[in-house]
Amino acid sequence: MFVEELNVDEKIGHAREILTETQRKRGILIHAFQSIQKEYNYLPEDVLNSLSKKLDISLSEVYSTASFYKHFYFKPRGRNIVCVCVGTACHVRGAGKVLEKIEESFGLKEGETAADMSVTLETVGCVGCCGLAPVVTVNEEVVGDLNPKKVDEIIKMVEEK
Amino acid sequence: MGKLHTIEDLTNLRKLLTEETFRPEVPRIRLCSGTACTATGSPKVVTALEEEAAKRGITLDVVKTGCQGLCQKGPVMKVEPQGIFYQKVKPGHAKSILAYTVIGGTPFRQSLYRDNILSEPIPEMMDVPFYKKQLRIALRNNGVIDPRNIYHYIAVGGYSALEKALGSMTPDQVLDEVDKANLRGRGGAGFPAGKKWKHTKSDKSKVKFVIANGDEGDPGAFMDRSVMEGDPHSLFEGMLLCAYAIGAEYGMIYVRHEYPLAVKNLTLAIKQAEDLGLLGKNILGSGLNFTLDIREGAGAFVCGESTALVASIEGERGFPRPRPPRLSQQGGGVWGYPSNLNNIETYACVPPIIEKGADWFLSIGTKNSPGTKVFALTGKVVNTGLVEVPMGITLREIIYDIGGGIMNGKKFKALQTGGPSGGCIPEEHLDLPVDFDSLAKVGSMMGSGGMVAMDEDNCMVDVAKYFLSFCQSESCGKCPPCRIGTYQMLQILERITSGKGEPGDIERLEEIGRNIKDGALCGLGNSAPNPVLTTIKYFRKEYEEHIHDKYCSAKACSGLGVFRIEHDECFLCGLCKEACAFDAVRVTRDRFFIDQDYCTKCKACYTACPIGAVKVEKQKRQTAKQEVV
Repeated sequence: MFVEELNVDEKIGHAREILTETQRKRGILIHAFQSIQKEYNYLPEDVLNSLSKKLDISLSEVYSTASFYKHFYFKPRGRNIVCVCVGTACHVRGAGKVLEKIEESFGLKEGETAADMSVTLETVGCVGCCGLAPVVTVNEEVVGDLNPKKVDEIIKMVEEK
Repeated sequence: MGKLHTIEDLTNLRKLLTEETFRPEVPRIRLCSGTACTATGSPKVVTALEEEAAKRGITLDVVKTGCQGLCQKGPVMKVEPQGIFYQKVKPGHAKSILAYTVIGGTPFRQSLYRDNILSEPIPEMMDVPFYKKQLRIALRNNGVIDPRNIYHYIAVGGYSALEKALGSMTPDQVLDEVDKANLRGRGGAGFPAGKKWKHTKSDKSKVKFVIANGDEGDPGAFMDRSVMEGDPHSLFEGMLLCAYAIGAEYGMIYVRHEYPLAVKNLTLAIKQAEDLGLLGKNILGSGLNFTLDIREGAGAFVCGESTALVASIEGERGFPRPRPPRLSQQGGGVWGYPSNLNNIETYACVPPIIEKGADWFLSIGTKNSPGTKVFALTGKVVNTGLVEVPMGITLREIIYDIGGGIMNGKKFKALQTGGPSGGCIPEEHLDLPVDFDSLAKVGSMMGSGGMVAMDEDNCMVDVAKYFLSFCQSESCGKCPPCRIGTYQMLQILERITSGKGEPGDIERLEEIGRNIKDGALCGLGNSAPNPVLTTIKYFRKEYEEHIHDKYCSAKACSGLGVFRIEHDECFLCGLCKEACAFDAVRVTRDRFFIDQDYCTKCKACYTACPIGAVKVEKQKRQTAKQEVV
């Protein structure tokens, strides 16, 4: 089981020597979410349950923390993740139109996943690639300097995967 | 190479590396491998260059550097020893660049930088207007070294400030030097780093933390990212100097999760520094113990606020809390231990200060804000990218001389500085010398250094709405002024931009804005109304136009204005009729008309028209005279 393998002392890093056990367990919580999400692509309920048992933190507390952060998801996500940057630089260079066009071609709204789990459409505040605005990331790959033609390419790229 | 046990070991290693690493007789290409250039294809260029060099049997040293700044023209690279700068390099150019420049020593004209197609190409990097006015301190090694190789950093003089501090300075001397240099925090507020260090040092606790804030959440800013990705060791060195000065043993770097390459490079760099004995116990035999750990954020903008960041490191919800206790006090920092928190760029400025002295630093920039500042120049300028300039340079120089002016010859309208917490500066203030105080005086702020240029096509009300909706969705919800206030302001702005604005809305926005500023708990709330308040201050006319005339002169907001087809221009393609979902475009006697009763002002016909014959106009006000008739 994934959660069982989690090593609290290793994950907390060098500060472990000055922390109490409760602090150490709490301290790795966000890190644990990240590893779980990496493995499952989202945070499944049963895994959070066993995480809560392992770290002695009540499930409501675990959920409260996870739900605070935008990066954690409680529903399964698609195999491909298309993320449209809507940061300032992208906004003034027309990210809205890019988002509209992608929404239209996938038939999805922001935050939704296709029924066949092929793709999830998300938005992000800024990926720090403002020089190439407007920008879209497909999984971890950044595609910049978008124009309608390049948007078509992205759509094709995702459909092929 | 084994662990370094003494300061002499490091000196000797550097001596060896300086001779070995960047030997001048070997032809070298420094190719940008930052995120933007990677996206535009620099990995393929590397392969092409290496293959081509192998084919020709020449030794070629390809250095994959961090961000070189000119992201718009990526991938960029510099060929040495000729010092020729190439932009927009494609894998197909590799052959010519090798033949012309590396072997022939002459420039390959096709990939040289030009201001526009008609102007003469500029071969030397420092002659390119984008780089001419820059002075690089925090980004000194970006574009020079491979961040994945600690030996590169040492070869160019890295860790020599640490060497100097451990060898010949007491912790107090290090602290005094930083204090004297008046290094102000580069994260936004501009609080002097020396003072902060003193606060933390003065606490009696034996355990102290040094934290670097890499949660660069401001959309439109990416300088911390390039330091973390392109020169991680200068960050470590700055943190080490801080730890030595204040007596801290533990270090943490908080990085946003949107920066996977930064996390990767930092992790690798920590490993390399530990292996060399530059992190860990008894560093260089001086008795200094310092360790570093990385904490990844999870997509919460508020976690860039110091107390929220601490909560997030502890594994809690990222809620800010009232201060005091300050982070530097007992009970205030991570797990209650006093902690010194600075921005990434601030730490990167520390090593040069220790190495060259506070007086050198004070000689750059303005009196109250010495040194340089990195700005992320984005938006509607020709050359977007990262620029590091001395404080006191004017905004006009940044936009026109470095950024090359506004794209497509349009007219400049406003410059947004400081991200969602900053404000919009109109043209009349463009000659303002930039520093922490001058920007605050015109109602904006330095922030982390994002600069977004806007032209006549950007509607200021829409921009204000954009920033406010960002702050509203990022508000953590702990304090009511921010949670409810930003929501109310956003509702009013939504109304204004969709043509339902009422007289009195501007005053209402101002009043709510002031109340949020006074009442909010943390920096996010305090500054959230700034974009709205400054745009009202400088662009009140646009707001009034939206409310009273129901018209958006930038034609960015939908739901405003009257739509009309100019028959002199229309060539009857019929695209507007196809685009209209409400059947408002009618054909009468071979002419297209818009039926105002059916028109929802969705702008579909306006965007569909290929020649711009659909006009959006101000509604003609009915005068009293007309009504009588």
